[in-house]
Amino acid sequence: MKFLLRRVGFLLIALWAALTLNFFIPRLMPGNPAQAMMAKFHGHVNPLALKALEVAFGVNTHQNLISEYFQYLGNTLTGNLGVSVSYFPLSVTSVIAKALPWSLALVGVATIFAFAIGTVLGAITAWRRGGILDNLMPPVFIVVSAFPYFWVGLLSIWLFALTLGWFPLLGGYDETATPTFTWGFIVNILWHAVLPAFTIIITSIGGWILTMRNNMLTVLSEDYVKMARAKGLKNKRIIWQYAGRNAFLPNLTGFAMSLGFVISGAILVEYVYNYPGVGFMLLQAVVNEDYALMQALFLLITVAVLVSIFISDILTAVLDPRTRVQT
Amino acid sequence: MNRVKKIWKFFTSSKKAAVGSLLLLALLVVTAFPTFFAPYDPSAEEYIPRQGPSISHWLGTTAFGQDILSQVIVGTRQSMLIALVVGLFCTILSVLVGVSAAYFGGAIDDFLAMATDVILVIPTFPLIIVITAYAKANNFWLLVLVLVITGWSYGARQLRVQALSFRNRDFLQSAKARGESSWYVIIFEMLPPMTSLIVANFLGAALYAVLAAAALQFVGLGNINTQSWGTMLYWAQNNEALATGMPLWALAPGIAIAVLGTSLALLNYAFDELANPALRPIRTLKLSKLSKLVGNKS
Repeated sequence: MKFLLRRVGFLLIALWAALTLNFFIPRLMPGNPAQAMMAKFHGHVNPLALKALEVAFGVNTHQNLISEYFQYLGNTLTGNLGVSVSYFPLSVTSVIAKALPWSLALVGVATIFAFAIGTVLGAITAWRRGGILDNLMPPVFIVVSAFPYFWVGLLSIWLFALTLGWFPLLGGYDETATPTFTWGFIVNILWHAVLPAFTIIITSIGGWILTMRNNMLTVLSEDYVKMARAKGLKNKRIIWQYAGRNAFLPNLTGFAMSLGFVISGAILVEYVYNYPGVGFMLLQAVVNEDYALMQALFLLITVAVLVSIFISDILTAVLDPRTRVQT
Repeated sequence: MNRVKKIWKFFTSSKKAAVGSLLLLALLVVTAFPTFFAPYDPSAEEYIPRQGPSISHWLGTTAFGQDILSQVIVGTRQSMLIALVVGLFCTILSVLVGVSAAYFGGAIDDFLAMATDVILVIPTFPLIIVITAYAKANNFWLLVLVLVITGWSYGARQLRVQALSFRNRDFLQSAKARGESSWYVIIFEMLPPMTSLIVANFLGAALYAVLAAAALQFVGLGNINTQSWGTMLYWAQNNEALATGMPLWALAPGIAIAVLGTSLALLNYAFDELANPALRPIRTLKLSKLSKLVGNKS
């Protein structure tokens, strides 16, 4: 119970920190660029929406900072995030709702794949310590992790889409196809997702392999593993049922912690592939000076990461009694 | 003398450390004398544009008629500078926060550990994008500031954990019993045994800085008129280098980033292994050594 309260408390504090950052960043900048955007915008928008934008960016408001801050918190918590300039007159929330499923599907599936494959490979690497896999894997992934994510995307576009022509070049689906719920269209979508997903998996898998390997090495030196060997248990059983289970749990925490890095990388992958998700939209919003959309996307991504971390923390606690004991 | 020997042994016995430091050394030399290595002026737009690799232009030319190889060579300096400066400031901040949290304990530790974790879980890249989108002044120090703010927390967390493990050791207790000041204990008693972890953290932060800076410049959020690998990628992407038959324009700067990144990552792992012997690769005992141990000369 105490553990749960601590985690909930942490989630709330982190959320509050993100909201507060979001509020103060535009106000701390010299010559608030949102002000210039607002000037262009005057007279084109209904006064109520304008008011919300003014509160969000601290423009033309004659209130003091504190009441502005609380008004902003209220607006954000009730989902009133303002109007998008680049998709005018749509509200920011409705614009984001269109992009969100794309990112959830792409990044979610790719991350789960990378985590699962990485964990299994890491366990095997540690078990066969000094074997071919163990000698080859760490250096290969040190090099891969040193490449910029987006560059791996560029390379795969050049190699698999442009040179070999195996996969489509850009976008989430064929522009000429009509978006319907037909088998053909779903295949089209999946076909377009292969390269971006491949890029995310290749660039993030190394981290999982290395952390799982290191956890596994620690666990393998424990007495109960020696005992299991002495009893003559099958290797398969020792790897997965004895050592793997215990090595996997800290890896789950690592998964939560590095989720932010994966999301950051995914933003660039979407950008490179013009994939219609929130990452691509975030960078488009920056180019179009659509500050309301940009800040809402920042909040959305942050909340998504914080909630996933919270869930995996709770999951770890349920699965691993050790984490509940420590203060 | 002994220490020098130890350091030398570290670099010669660890393959990772040896390769990493050689790569870094090569890049340092290029950084120091770019004009010696670059065949042309990197910004001169006076060659036939869109050329493939040739003897006079090893990596070809850009759509503007600039020499790609010269751009890659001259671009080294900015990445190295960002790695060094951001790595240094991040490390200072990590040590300050992580070690003092562990040393003082109690409410200070609770607060600092909480702050570290909060910064750590907020996704950095979206945050960097938002800050740089508002701050239109695309200068170097702003970039450094943003990368330091977002990059110190990982190291602080690691250092705190290690420092916590020292807290009740005898050498710290005896220093405190001698009546040494807090700062003396932290600097002269706690930090020296943590050196390899601190160095590993510096390298990790430097790697983060190089990659994040390149990403920002690639999407056009840096100063697009400077000579750097990230801005090369930006111009290549904006001129559709891949689709129009100039793949080297986009691929070469990425490989350059990866060479620097690899050298930092290799050294990072080497120092990590130094700090945590359990991670070291096992060496099979050579037969000759074995027979010596047994004392059998035949």
